[in-house]
Amino acid sequence: MAEDLLISLRQIKRIYGSGAAEVRALDGVDIDITPGEFVAIMGPSGSGKSTAMNVIGCLDRPTSGQYRFNGVEVGGLSNDQRALLRRHYLGFIFQGYNLLPRMSARDNVELPLIYKGLPKQERIARAERALDLVGLGGRAGHDPSQLSGGQQQRVAIARALAGEPQVVLADEPTGNLDTKRSAEIMELLVDLRRERNLTIVMVTHEDDMAAYADRLIWMVDGKVQRDGPTRREVQDAV
Amino acid sequence: MLFETLKLALASILRNALRSFLTVLGVVIGVASVIAMVTVGQGSSDQVIADVEQLGTNVLMVLPGQQAMGSRSMGERARPFTLRDVDLLLEAVPTIEAAAPIASGQATMVFGSENHRAQITATDARYLVASDWPLALGRNFTVGETQGGRAACILGETVREALFRASDPVGESIRVRNFTCEVIGVLVAKGASSFGTDQDDVVLMPIRTFQRRVAGNTDVATIYVAIEDGVSTEDAMREIEFVMRDLRRIGETEEDDFTVMDMKQVASMLTGITGVLTGLLAAVAAVSLLVGGIGIMNIMLVSVTERTREIGIRMAIGAQANQVLMQFLIEAVALSLLGGVLGAVLGLIIAAVVSHLMVIPFAPDPLIILLAFVFSAFVGVIFGYFPARSAARLDPIEALRHE
Repeated sequence: MAEDLLISLRQIKRIYGSGAAEVRALDGVDIDITPGEFVAIMGPSGSGKSTAMNVIGCLDRPTSGQYRFNGVEVGGLSNDQRALLRRHYLGFIFQGYNLLPRMSARDNVELPLIYKGLPKQERIARAERALDLVGLGGRAGHDPSQLSGGQQQRVAIARALAGEPQVVLADEPTGNLDTKRSAEIMELLVDLRRERNLTIVMVTHEDDMAAYADRLIWMVDGKVQRDGPTRREVQDAV
Repeated sequence: MLFETLKLALASILRNALRSFLTVLGVVIGVASVIAMVTVGQGSSDQVIADVEQLGTNVLMVLPGQQAMGSRSMGERARPFTLRDVDLLLEAVPTIEAAAPIASGQATMVFGSENHRAQITATDARYLVASDWPLALGRNFTVGETQGGRAACILGETVREALFRASDPVGESIRVRNFTCEVIGVLVAKGASSFGTDQDDVVLMPIRTFQRRVAGNTDVATIYVAIEDGVSTEDAMREIEFVMRDLRRIGETEEDDFTVMDMKQVASMLTGITGVLTGLLAAVAAVSLLVGGIGIMNIMLVSVTERTREIGIRMAIGAQANQVLMQFLIEAVALSLLGGVLGAVLGLIIAAVVSHLMVIPFAPDPLIILLAFVFSAFVGVIFGYFPARSAARLDPIEALRHE
């Protein structure tokens, strides 16, 4: 059973400060995710959902607890090994898109491939394929400043996918977009997930977006309060 | 990967072209001044050697005092020579072909309503022959004029220009201090010396005239001695020293209070002076390279702060700390090397123009240029390392949150 798990968090705690100023961002979190799942993490501000995302994304180190990725104990990895893990297995999508300015869409998508050490030709081919996939094939040469918010987020998705990761981590990917664009981005993610058998972990505070996932984790005060199938759960909660 | 990083660095430099230029300006100025100083210094040394060698290998100079480098004060304290010394020297040393006394001073020359202050070189007819300086107009001094101390003079081009403009000065009379002096000739223009002084700003007159009417003494500052061909310079120098010690009554245990130098020694003394000057100026210029390096560090630190989010993004998509470090380090080195290239080009242009104006050879030294490059790359590594390290040590989450 445990071997099937892609991501396994056991009693993860992330504590900032000490003594009276101590903040328990994560206070004993258990989360298991199997390959191919689309998981939404929700919760009020300060519930620890972003911290959980950072721990899963190997950007943050938990204070205690055990995190296994593909069966590997992440806590025992050095910073450089964690960078390699991000490079080869993870793709990030951020609320603010986080594209590099003054670099074309193609160059932005190419960036993770440079760190992967792919030759130039293959990088360009893969970057353009990824941009085609998100429907921006014609805009490869545009700078982020020449693109709308929705288009920028598509470039960010293309960048996350270009490295062919196992897991895409999306932190409020539609937070800056209107309803129509948000729906388009979510449908794109759902399609890509189906085509590529991606695992997606998404933090959101919008029920509509969470509804696209097939599992919802509801966090409060650094703890998982509910964990189950989405639509029913959301309706029950409301 | 290294090539990619280099390309990224260049792209980032070009993106802020103006800022990059201002950043490297310190390095540009530093490298340019070092290269210009050393190149001009080398050129003037070459010129001094060429000038001195032109005087001939059989010419010696006898100066009062010990002429070690930096001991000018001793030279001033020592007794000057007299015309009698020159005559006695000529008699006592048979291998001397000719001996020309030289004294010098300054005075204001007046012609009509024009006046001009110039250097006076007082000597005799042999001076023009020994220094290989042809006349543009008129004639040299006659033996009678030098022996009798007649008020005759030969003008340098600068003096002629100042007093006579376009008219012919030969046969005219100028006033020097309180006496009138007939102009008998004009020297061919020589231009600036290796030290940048105007060699044409000079008036030649017989040494007796100078002693009586200008200096008011019987001093001879320098004796130029031409020895016969085929005589060893060392032997002649020894003989002159022996005679001079006797003439100046120096006891057996006392040191010489005069110096005999051949032209090789004169050249090495003069190039020694330019060498020290060049070294000092280059050292000052090197300090500006250091300041330039600090400028690069400053702007790289600003750049790291500005691009904190970029660093966070790169880390999130899999950049290792070392790769971030290399990116910023290469950027700093590329910046300072760019400064080095610009500086080298600028320095060589300045050196070429100055050499042309000073009429000295343009002598670029590839070693110095290489050294300037290596040093500017070194500046980039040293001053780029600290900002690059602070970039590499950023926490990815904080970097991503940075606005």
